[in-house]
Amino acid sequence: MKPTLAGYARASTIAEATAWLAEADGDAKVIAGGQSLMAAINMGLGGDTRLIDINGIEALKGIRLEGDRLVIGALTRHAELGRHPLIAEHAPLLTRAVPLIAHEAIRTRGTIGGSLSHADPAAELPACVLALDALIRISGPGGEREVAADDFFEDVYVTDLAQDEIVTAISLPLAAAKEAQLIRELSRRAGDFALAGIALVRRPSGHRVAFFGTGPRPMLGRSVMAALDAGDLAAALAAVPEDIDPQSDPHASAAYRRHLASVLLRRCLEDLAA
Amino acid sequence: MTIDFGNPNRPNSYIGRTVPRPNAPRLVQGRGRYVDDITLPRMLHLAFVRSPWGHAKITAIDTTEAAACDGVRAIFTGQDLLPHCTPWVAVLAHLKGLKSAPQHALALDRTCWVGEPVVAVVADSRAEAEAAAALVNIDYDELPVVTQIRTALDPETPVIHPDLGDNLAFRREHVQGDVEAAFASAHKVISASFKTGRHTGVTLEPRGCLADWNPAEGKLTVWQGTQAPHMIQTVLATHLGLEESRVRVICDDVGGSFGIKVHVYPDEVATAAIAKVLGRPVKFIADRLESFISDIHARDHEIDGRIAVDENGKILAFDIDDWTGIGPYSVYPRTSAIEGNQVVNLCGGPYDFANYRARTSVVLQNKAPTCQYRAVGHPIATAVTEGLVDLAAEALNMDPAEIRRRNFFRDDAYPATSPANMRFEGLSHQATMDKLLEMMDYEALRRDQAAAREKGIWRGIGLASFIELTNPSPFMYGIGGARISAQDGATVRMDPDGSVVVLSGVTEQGQGTEAMLSQVVAEGVGVRPDQVRVITGDTQVTPYGGGTWASRGAGIGGEAALQAALALKGAILEVAGAMLQCAPESLSINDGQIVDLESGAGRMPLSELGRVVYFRGDTLPKGLPRELVQTRHFITMEYPFAFTNGAQASYVEVDRETGFVKLLKHWCVEDCGRVINPQLVDEQIRGGIVQGLGGALYEECLYDEHGQMLNGSMADYLVPMAVEMPDMQIAHVETPTAESLLGAKGAGEAGTAGAPAAVMNAINDAIRPSGGRILQMPMTPERILRAMGTLSD
Amino acid sequence: MSDLFQTETQIRLMVNGQKVKARVRVGQHLTDFLRQELGLTGSHAGCEHGVCGACTLRVNGEITRGCLMLAAQADGAEVETIEGLTERGVIADLQQAFVHRNALQCGFCTPGMLATAADLLARGGVPGREVIRDHLSGNYCRCTGYEAIIDAVETVARARAEALK
Repeated sequence: MKPTLAGYARASTIAEATAWLAEADGDAKVIAGGQSLMAAINMGLGGDTRLIDINGIEALKGIRLEGDRLVIGALTRHAELGRHPLIAEHAPLLTRAVPLIAHEAIRTRGTIGGSLSHADPAAELPACVLALDALIRISGPGGEREVAADDFFEDVYVTDLAQDEIVTAISLPLAAAKEAQLIRELSRRAGDFALAGIALVRRPSGHRVAFFGTGPRPMLGRSVMAALDAGDLAAALAAVPEDIDPQSDPHASAAYRRHLASVLLRRCLEDLAA
Repeated sequence: MTIDFGNPNRPNSYIGRTVPRPNAPRLVQGRGRYVDDITLPRMLHLAFVRSPWGHAKITAIDTTEAAACDGVRAIFTGQDLLPHCTPWVAVLAHLKGLKSAPQHALALDRTCWVGEPVVAVVADSRAEAEAAAALVNIDYDELPVVTQIRTALDPETPVIHPDLGDNLAFRREHVQGDVEAAFASAHKVISASFKTGRHTGVTLEPRGCLADWNPAEGKLTVWQGTQAPHMIQTVLATHLGLEESRVRVICDDVGGSFGIKVHVYPDEVATAAIAKVLGRPVKFIADRLESFISDIHARDHEIDGRIAVDENGKILAFDIDDWTGIGPYSVYPRTSAIEGNQVVNLCGGPYDFANYRARTSVVLQNKAPTCQYRAVGHPIATAVTEGLVDLAAEALNMDPAEIRRRNFFRDDAYPATSPANMRFEGLSHQATMDKLLEMMDYEALRRDQAAAREKGIWRGIGLASFIELTNPSPFMYGIGGARISAQDGATVRMDPDGSVVVLSGVTEQGQGTEAMLSQVVAEGVGVRPDQVRVITGDTQVTPYGGGTWASRGAGIGGEAALQAALALKGAILEVAGAMLQCAPESLSINDGQIVDLESGAGRMPLSELGRVVYFRGDTLPKGLPRELVQTRHFITMEYPFAFTNGAQASYVEVDRETGFVKLLKHWCVEDCGRVINPQLVDEQIRGGIVQGLGGALYEECLYDEHGQMLNGSMADYLVPMAVEMPDMQIAHVETPTAESLLGAKGAGEAGTAGAPAAVMNAINDAIRPSGGRILQMPMTPERILRAMGTLSD
Repeated sequence: MSDLFQTETQIRLMVNGQKVKARVRVGQHLTDFLRQELGLTGSHAGCEHGVCGACTLRVNGEITRGCLMLAAQADGAEVETIEGLTERGVIADLQQAFVHRNALQCGFCTPGMLATAADLLARGGVPGREVIRDHLSGNYCRCTGYEAIIDAVETVARARAEALK
């Protein structure tokens, strides 16, 4: 179908974008890379929406170190994320995740801020920032705030963002020496959304495990993490079902997704042991 | 005239060689001309409001709001279009008992599937037409839907078309021999139930047409991506009340067909009718979302099968009960009973056995209509046959290759007639299987499989032999009353510069028809292929013909072109003889030159002959024939169909924990008779295999109990992509048909016919240690895991 | 507020090396703009939801889905389509390899496939077949079964690497 829009505006500053969002009072959407939003609009799922284009906002760009944190601008494209040396050094999970995201012609345009804001429960980056214990930086008319990734993702396509807020950056702790960061997923075809996936971080302070494709949002495997911290691998594997909440859909049943999540965890543990 | 095909060094030996496709350089430069690339002055665009219900009564249509939208020029309901376009009923006389209901271009008072066109909105742009279409208000009363195949005939199931009496569109049972006795006396009897998923073609270029009515000329011109321009011409003339000669159908580049573009679609007929009403060009291009619910679907079958074998693995009998759901209407004009009929015709095809019973029950349902899609019925019949043969081999503890060898029609047994009454002129199952096993190094592969299994890796080898129906005679459609030509024609002309033009009734869909025609004509006349210009796809210009379907383009269109080319050569030589004052029989044409037949010495370029004929005809003897244009037609007469055969093998690895299948390699040996262009044939096979693998592993139109399609987008209907597909090794055995000089049979569907069976057998071979088996397509990882018993909840 | 959101907007961009100034509906995607306003019909709309890859082209040197970008968003961008790539001659070897290997049948996917393959080849070296398959994983071809396409890309990669020696 042909996209229909009720209006389009280019914002050049964060303040402008959030002010316009506030003014639109729920009647406008932010477009960044647009790789999910445009597809939805082209499928007639967007209604007669208005778009605020944030691609021109310089403050949303760039990857940099801020003290002991790695800060990724919300407009960072997946392709840039995948090849950036600071990411490879301090958050290799993201470097490994990028090739799993869709296809190159999507990765050149899709952004990390857009992916997190869209909050597809089967997407890689939301699970990665959850596993990395990231803070999501958010701006609104009332100012800036940071929210932990674990509190950011609420439901299918639902986040903690108010309708007049945008994600401006993602702030991550730097990977410690000997920290292990893994991602595994199973998708029917290369680049498809995962039937099930897992992002796992083992750092001195403990394990963080995030499942994706197996619930209404990327889910932290709290029982699994506790068992892993206790060194009980068998208990970790047994705990998978209680940490996730998969639904059946035309692509896979909940039971199959549960099964795959367990298989993936075991394979990650084998990777860690290797 | 004959051609010494056995001699690769003969002059002008283009038949049998890979020559480049004349249209390919254009396509790689983005200079194709597909329907949507054509823009006409004052052109309008169409968008359809389609039924959101599987079955519903239309109680009111309000177009007021839509009509007020910017850019909207007209809106048509079914009632509005009724005076301009008659309905159709898709039946064929030779499919006895086939029944269907009248179908209109736009639904009149009732919709029967989600996606049926109800209202057409015409606007200055497609975007405006879509925006207005969203504002058309239609009130529906929902009616009960029929979605299940096996219960479609139950008394408590509602009847979709009450006038028909029941939901049974067609049933045919064929019995040969004493089936019950064979099963009663058999050493082993194996029964199994199969399912093939409902597929659709997903041509990358969506369906579309551009219709332009010129009232001054009283003439309708339609640009359409179609496989059968003359058939479309006939149909539009019939239902729009025009003389056939007043309709011109032009088919430029087509972005994939696979059978999807050989049918008559209500939205396309509506487009032509609306163009006629408005007197302006009207374009309709389906978007992908409407393609999924309005393109034909196919292969929605459930089959119960039985095989009886003796102690030596000799097949005693097959017993097949096929059920298929075709949607609410039989599709015009080829009908939706052909696929089930093919299953009856093709099961057991490669094997010489005595007792056969097969029945197909074709039922109506409230889903998108199904019809002929690449390799019509073949993948189903082959999967059922080869699945049962493998199960028999397993029961006998016999190697799958061996049981096939013991049952094939012998290569020296032809002509032969199958238990399904199919007549085979000449096939090569034994040679084909031998070549396949050698090419794949079957024994080494078995050792690799065993070594892998020792390590806990489950690999499997699957074999599938098959027959394929090509080069159809009028027995396919014509005898049933359809105006679908089994004959095809070619006109070959020499122009003053010595170059040659061929106009053919078969069409180019990307398979390489233009290259095939250029090389056949080049050899026939005696010029280089690049001196042959090819014109296809215009009913006003080309000889009348059937077009491209059922693997007939090369075998029938190619033969017509060859005969026309040879006739032109004869005509040229007659003029040359007069000019050179020697017997025409002492001359030939080689590489664009008149030459001495014996010595090969050049006598005169064709351009000189052209100069004299066209500009100095006064110098030629009075009364000398000088017709440098020749037309020939060809139709098969001896056999209803030219059957081909082949064998495929698949090597797979199944992840025991996830059910994921990795396709390690695929092989195919097939026999399409004379191979005209080896590269094009091989690529048809490869593309066909992958299309078959798509159906076997990924593709399925999923519906809920309300008749809603659940996965109607490219994100959800999974087609084969590059990463998961294997490399494929292709080889040939050549058993030319004696019906034509060319000796070519069809090759375009063989890959699709055999691949699903091969990969199904390979997966079952891989998971054999689990004791489970999977006979339902697509074989998704989850279904495989459930078949293995690994997943039970 | 109503002034902020436009329903039409002026864009200036470079298309195939030529300056283009146009007024577009904000709801028009880039592929339709190129096809309908500029007559660049080499970019094909196969699904319009970003999956099939037929509309893949270059924006600012990077491959992009034309259907997942508004024409309005191309303001200031450099856009290159199959027509531009052909004119510049930069993929002539790849186009020739596609023809030679018959790595196309109907040709509808081909412009997007070429743009994607060219993107991989521009990185240099000789990628393995798995890498080629992965890079092309977002481009649907119903006709060929992909193998001929992989062969053609591999052949060009080898030839280019050889030429550098």
